[in-house]
Amino acid sequence: MTDISQTQPTATHDWTSATARRRVRRRYAADRRLQLYGIAAIGTAVALLGVMFTTLIYAGYAAFTTTKVELGVFLDPEKIDKDNIRSANFRKIVRDAFLSHFPDVQGRTDKRNLSKILSSGAVYIVRDYVVRNPDKIGELVTISVPVSDPFDQLYKRIIPREIQALSSDRILLYRQLEHRDVLSVQRGVGVVKTTLFVDPAQVPKEGGVEAADYQRMINEAFRSFFLSEPSLSYREILSPSAAEALKNKVVANPELVGKTIEVNLPLSANYDNLLQKGEAKIRNPRFRSDKEFAWFDSLIQRGLISTPFTWELFFNADSRFPELAGLAGALSGSFLALLVCFLLSFPIGIATATYLEEFAPKNRITDFIEVNINNLAAVPSVVFGLLGLALFLNTFGMPRSAPLVGGMVLALMTLPTIIVATRAALKSVPPSIREAALGVGASKHQVMLHHVLPLAMPGILTGTIIGLAQALGETAPLLLIGMNAFIPSVENIGLTQPAMALPTQIFSWADSPERGFVSRTSAAIIVLLGFLVLMNLLAVYLRRRFEKKW
Amino acid sequence: MVKGSLTMDQQVVSPETTTIRSVVENPKITSKDVCVFYGDKQALFDVNIDIPRFAVTSLIGPSGCGKSTYLRCINRMNDTIPIARVTGEIKIDNQDIHDPDLDVVELRARVGMVFQKPNPFPKSIFENVAYGPRIHGLVKGKTDLEELVATSLERAGLWGEVKDRIHEPGTGLSGGQQQRLCIARAIATKPDIILMDEPCSALDPIATAKVEELMMELCENYTIVIVTHSMAQAQRVSQTTAFFHIGYMVEYGDTKQIFEDPQDKRTQDYIFGRFG
Repeated sequence: MTDISQTQPTATHDWTSATARRRVRRRYAADRRLQLYGIAAIGTAVALLGVMFTTLIYAGYAAFTTTKVELGVFLDPEKIDKDNIRSANFRKIVRDAFLSHFPDVQGRTDKRNLSKILSSGAVYIVRDYVVRNPDKIGELVTISVPVSDPFDQLYKRIIPREIQALSSDRILLYRQLEHRDVLSVQRGVGVVKTTLFVDPAQVPKEGGVEAADYQRMINEAFRSFFLSEPSLSYREILSPSAAEALKNKVVANPELVGKTIEVNLPLSANYDNLLQKGEAKIRNPRFRSDKEFAWFDSLIQRGLISTPFTWELFFNADSRFPELAGLAGALSGSFLALLVCFLLSFPIGIATATYLEEFAPKNRITDFIEVNINNLAAVPSVVFGLLGLALFLNTFGMPRSAPLVGGMVLALMTLPTIIVATRAALKSVPPSIREAALGVGASKHQVMLHHVLPLAMPGILTGTIIGLAQALGETAPLLLIGMNAFIPSVENIGLTQPAMALPTQIFSWADSPERGFVSRTSAAIIVLLGFLVLMNLLAVYLRRRFEKKW
Repeated sequence: MVKGSLTMDQQVVSPETTTIRSVVENPKITSKDVCVFYGDKQALFDVNIDIPRFAVTSLIGPSGCGKSTYLRCINRMNDTIPIARVTGEIKIDNQDIHDPDLDVVELRARVGMVFQKPNPFPKSIFENVAYGPRIHGLVKGKTDLEELVATSLERAGLWGEVKDRIHEPGTGLSGGQQQRLCIARAIATKPDIILMDEPCSALDPIATAKVEELMMELCENYTIVIVTHSMAQAQRVSQTTAFFHIGYMVEYGDTKQIFEDPQDKRTQDYIFGRFG
């Protein structure tokens, strides 16, 4: 008692003083600040996610529909041999069928251009249709076939019919001319008033003014005009006939040689349009002629064009033609690789974690193993890919591009995640359960199998599914073992057959130049994300389900 | 009333040196010079106790005195702690429990244990009780198992309360019921000995009373060793009592004698509330 009274402060703390109140205010302010930081962080994260999803959906939704044309094909029994359907010339059958929709199109070039409205895959779609329905031979059938990529994109309004003819820096040149007030329209032709020196040096002795190099004179004048553009050719701005116009002027007045003159030179078509119409547009170079638009418009008018859902995205294999390319190969490859990955990493991971957590003696060796497993989780995945390449492919001679090897590499990558998650789950099982089990005479393995593992299962499954989801999205290691092979068929699916995976498919589509692959890439990413979301939901479901037993 | 009658062989009262060696006629458990080490630290020093059969023996003493440690020696639960080491000799029915021929798992089936906190398995009431008999193959057939579960629950005084919801989770019971479920689970493997490590410390007085009543009933057929912090409980339920103090078994004798006429100074101080 005496001790306590001695340690008590003599003067009591004044809780109402100004300092005390300020301290309280500061504490409240700090609490609020912390909350605000949190809200701001969540807001930023949600906003970024929103941006990502919006961009993806905006870029990818177009790929979920395909522009198709209803093609009436007469399956002429004279051209298709019932017993050997594949030998028939379907290329010609499809071409003729399509051309028959346009009886007034004549000429080789036009016919060729017209037939290019159809996708190159139309031939195979018709062929496969006949192979599936041989009894239709001799009938007129209507088959929906995709149009080629440019028209697909055109119909979806992703690419326009006309594009700007001039790039922004060329428009800048035009603005400079405008600024100098040298542009005008004379007799319906846009001209630029050019001051140039009719250089006697460019007039040869033989031939005289007729043979002078007027192009060079104009170029010289333009170079001094646009000093910032030393490599500029006048042909960028002036019509090809400008040199002719200058020549005519000099030939008419030979005394102009050696003088500096002002001359109106005609503008090139694009600049002329810019001057007279305010804009310069040309036909989108993806299309060969304006006739193509007319043909396509007539198909639209006849109601032959439709945009059904792209089931092909899920059921077709890869293709060089974006309107035909699908994810079937990638999905099956990813599925097989994940299956291998799961079958390897789940038992090995659990066994490792169980041994380390429950049975291993605590010594330097187990410490060393533990540290290394934890570090393994941080190793970049490309390193696992290199390991797979060096070990599985080169040393063991396993097949390249195969889901088996892909799964093995992914298993290496997933193992540390599963081990760490399993150990955490095992640790979180209350020791009282182990004691209870030991107390009724359960042996060590019975304690593990009957009590600890079932209780740890939700945590283990969550870790496993997160690991598998990571593996599903992993690209680099699969690229290294060649799982980005181009596989245009889904006929040979197997653990040792060459295959694609979803992320490598995305990678290869993103690399493709065709416009249609832009939306296909985003659509594939949406599919991948969809699978990831599904897997996470599965993890949540399993966790809930197993926890109900508590 | 006292079944395991006890005669004191010698009583050494010198402060730190040795413990009292008491002789019980036909003891169930005999301990000779039991020492326990956790790593380098010695937790128990030369404990010698003979525990009488068909009686309740209390182990009392302040926290950290080693009473639980001793209890865990009897069914070799200390083996599950990697750093723990036990020396000396413990015999159950004259069988050395450290005999390499003896299966520790079987030992634990024969020596049931009830823990401080009720720890039913997160399974149904039925599964909780049935688990032990099942893994040891004590019964054949479903009906036998159901009967064994029912008798075990009956003996634990729980049958009437749970017979209608035997397939509901054991964790859904109240604390006292859970503890009795743990007792039922322990007796389902047909042990001779039941060890109880502060079985009532997490229970309210009414649940405690029920468990105590149960102990007094059970000691007709079982040898019970109980660790308790409650001296009142020790007096109520046990026939013999051992007092532990910082790793030494200080005094051992009839409960009545320990509480009314303790011989050792430390026992006196503890029992009459001068420390602890």
